[in-house]
Amino acid sequence: MTAADAVAVLVVLAVTLYAWSGLADYGAGFWDLTAGGREGGGRVRSLIDAVITPVWEANHVWLVYLLVLTWTAFGTAFASAMTTLYIPLMLAALGIVLRGANFALRKDAARAGRRHVAGMLFGLGAVLTPFCLGAALGGIIAGRVPPGNAAGNEVTSWWNPTSILVGLLAVAMGAFLAAVYLIAEAHRRGLPGLREYFRRRALWTGVLALLFGIGALVSLRGDSPQMFDRFVTRGGVLLAAGAVLLALTFMRAARGGVRGLRLLAAGGVAALVWAWGVAQYPYLLPFGLTIADGAGAPITQKWMLAWFGVALVTLVPALILLYVLDQRGELGEDPLTSLEAGEPGDLRP
Amino acid sequence: MFDLLAASEPAQLLPARSQMAFTLMFHIILVPLGVALPALMLLAEHRGLKRRDQAALTLARRWSHVAGVTFAVGAVSGTVLSFEMGLLWPGLTGKYGDVFGLPFAIEGIAFFLEAILVAIYIYGWKRLRPWTHFKLGLPIPFVALVGAFSIISANSWMNTPAGFTLGPDGWPTDIDPIAAIFNKALPWEFLHFVCAAYMAAGFTVASVYAVGWLRGRRDRYHRLGFLIPFTVAAIFTPVQMVVGDLIAVWLFKEMPVKFAAMEVVTNSGTHQPEIFFGRYDAATNTVSGGISIPNLNSILAGNSPDTYVQGLDAVPLADRPSNVNVVHWAFDIMVGIGTLLMLFVIWFAWHWWRKRDIPSSKPFLWIAASAGVLTYIAIEAGWIVTEVGRQPWIVYGFERTSSAVTGADGIWLSFAVVVVLYLVMAAGAITVLRAMARRWRRADIGEYGDAAVPYGPRPEVEASTEKAPS
Ligand code: HDD
Ligand code: HEM
Ligand code: HEM
Repeated sequence: MTAADAVAVLVVLAVTLYAWSGLADYGAGFWDLTAGGREGGGRVRSLIDAVITPVWEANHVWLVYLLVLTWTAFGTAFASAMTTLYIPLMLAALGIVLRGANFALRKDAARAGRRHVAGMLFGLGAVLTPFCLGAALGGIIAGRVPPGNAAGNEVTSWWNPTSILVGLLAVAMGAFLAAVYLIAEAHRRGLPGLREYFRRRALWTGVLALLFGIGALVSLRGDSPQMFDRFVTRGGVLLAAGAVLLALTFMRAARGGVRGLRLLAAGGVAALVWAWGVAQYPYLLPFGLTIADGAGAPITQKWMLAWFGVALVTLVPALILLYVLDQRGELGEDPLTSLEAGEPGDLRP
Repeated sequence: MFDLLAASEPAQLLPARSQMAFTLMFHIILVPLGVALPALMLLAEHRGLKRRDQAALTLARRWSHVAGVTFAVGAVSGTVLSFEMGLLWPGLTGKYGDVFGLPFAIEGIAFFLEAILVAIYIYGWKRLRPWTHFKLGLPIPFVALVGAFSIISANSWMNTPAGFTLGPDGWPTDIDPIAAIFNKALPWEFLHFVCAAYMAAGFTVASVYAVGWLRGRRDRYHRLGFLIPFTVAAIFTPVQMVVGDLIAVWLFKEMPVKFAAMEVVTNSGTHQPEIFFGRYDAATNTVSGGISIPNLNSILAGNSPDTYVQGLDAVPLADRPSNVNVVHWAFDIMVGIGTLLMLFVIWFAWHWWRKRDIPSSKPFLWIAASAGVLTYIAIEAGWIVTEVGRQPWIVYGFERTSSAVTGADGIWLSFAVVVVLYLVMAAGAITVLRAMARRWRRADIGEYGDAAVPYGPRPEVEASTEKAPS
């Protein structure tokens, strides 16, 4: 394994981490969007608020890391993807702004009774971004991004059945993950009503995600038979593992189980992401650019790996500390209102 | 592959530059708060814990909430910037990514660490033990400096590229990312920027309380809220002036074209005058209007009127910054504001030395109230000098901006949408901050019943009841 291969592993890892955190974050936005009228949706929204407030701005870091990692290690592939997939990627960035803007707005609008309109915008970003990121990834998988400055078709590279299905899969997967996380949170906070609410939603988004996933594979078979073969042969085991883990999650949730639910779901998503990684190896852009051909200077790759080591040593303890304090309930203040965080259901005036 | 050059300017160049400039100039508003506000809040918390000063603790806690909001918006606008490095400048990231990308990775981790620590700090106010809380916050300013260091390193590398040579195919070889990080401009830019960040955060926070003071809220809380950040900014101001002057002299040696543009030196020679403002005409390479002081530019650059200064005429038109007037005016504005702030700090220091008190005259408070905005104007102007002054190069002397720009269409559209959404985001952030301030004021007047006693980490003893001396 060369240093460049190892950095490629980091890229897949960054995608995994972003799928766990970022996708779920957008999923929460999706549930917010669909929570319904002001009164009925209030309890749902306040649970979502309480759960995502502590970490929401940190999730983008994985996306940023992914971008930086690719342009540093695989500049040519990065520039090719960014120029050909300009439209979905720009839209994804705009969705992030939309979401950021409205998250802040919404918090306060809640008190002014304008919550719903702002929440709609907030939710829009939450669907737009994962869809566009998924569609862009779909375009790369389907081999529609050749190396070069805007060398691929600017529209069909991402607006084609495979891409669209991968985009929808990303949205559904995010909603599923978020629902699963929210089941656990509702349980922890002793809110059986909300637990049931998200249980039902986890079930139907799980089914949808499965359908989109199968659809994407079928469509890929027509689009790029070679890539399809790689998915089912090399990635077969991981695909199966992902499907089994997500099915277990599904069954557990259906029976009302809570413990281990989040781990199962995260494992399932990771297996799917890794199936992609394995299927696409050793290509950065199938089938025009390999890792070996697209890699930047080896010395830079080594430094990226070394820096990843530093990151592990510093970030992991800090994250554990944050997590422990959060789960112990030692953290409980809402910076956006500068009031103590309300418990779910408590929309103080 | 990306050398789709460029006899004429590509159509995407102008919108791409505009969008990059707009998003960066937005991002940079949040950055000083991210870099320096944590230090201010820790200073206030330390004072509060040491002297059992409830007002200081309240300030620290509120500042941390402001930091939380600006941090979130900074993270969003920073994420967009990361996209833009590829969406708009594939010829930069695609070709030189392995040379100058490493500091961005360092920055990513540093900011993540900062985000985690800030989250712990903010969410931990009430529940963690006071000194534990303080100690958990202590690394934040240093982590922020690591982040600023790396991102500034990436920028200074664009000004003084290092750590590679161009091979026969025009692509970088012999790459040494560490040499790229520690390029020649780095120490100057970093020092100057850290001073700028502390000045901006200090003066801005202080100006909020200066306004309160002007409106008659002359209590201990407002006094401290003014003094802590103002003192910090005041300490950095003279340092900044010295560093700024050193940078100008250094630029004179290392980037003579930028120097000539910012000082509008038209023709090379000795005995160069210092020209304030005025209008430069690129067609004739002359300056009209403005105030001119004979010999001063030569003296500033080399301590003697006989110093030879290279003018804009030394390079062909195609290698000059496309907009010399913007660079020159931005430079004069930055230096003008710096001088003004320096005089202002001297006024304060004099008064404090004689009377041990904040000058309470209206003019002083008015200037204090606008110092934050002024510092921000200086920062924006300074970045314009750096970035526009580097043109037409994106990597100085190696890569032209026009050859690095994307080949995709529709950048005007994305630029327009970006502007609209950023304005919404800015409006959102301002709304949140204002609502926060209103709530604080109400809490201070006691509308919230027992919440009227501002909270903080539980101090062991009752809050100090010292009254403002006004
Ligand atoms: C608080 C804000 C502030 C103040 C008062 C000053 N500056 Fe500044 N200046 C900046 C904030 C700034 C900045 C925004 O931080 C820049 C942009 C890039 C950089 O590294 O710092 C900058 C850049 C910058 C540059 C361009 C550096 C380059 O392109 O590499 C020069 C020559 C100066 N400054 C010189 C000065 C002088 C002579 C000053 C006063 C006597 C001065 N600055 C005051
Ligand atoms: C690490 C920090 C930075 C990096 C990597 C960076 C990178 C870039 C790039 C790639 C461009 C477009 C190409 C070019 O015009 O040369 C650019 C232009 C520009 N940047 Fe920066 N920048 C940084 C910091 C800043 C900051 C903080 C500001 C302002 C507040 C700023 C202001 C501008 C402006 C005004 C332009 C347009 C210049 C022109 O096109 O004439 N930059 N920058
Ligand atoms: C092209 C230039 C730039 C890029 C690509 C960029 C990228 C980013 C990113 C991705 C974030 C969010 C970090 C996260 O959530 O993990 C961020 C935030 C931040 N950036 Fe930038 N940045 C640029 C210019 C600058 C400059 C010139 C500075 C000056 C030191 C700076 C200082 C900061 C700070 C302090 C934050 C933390 C957020 C805050 O406190 O407001 N950035 N930036």
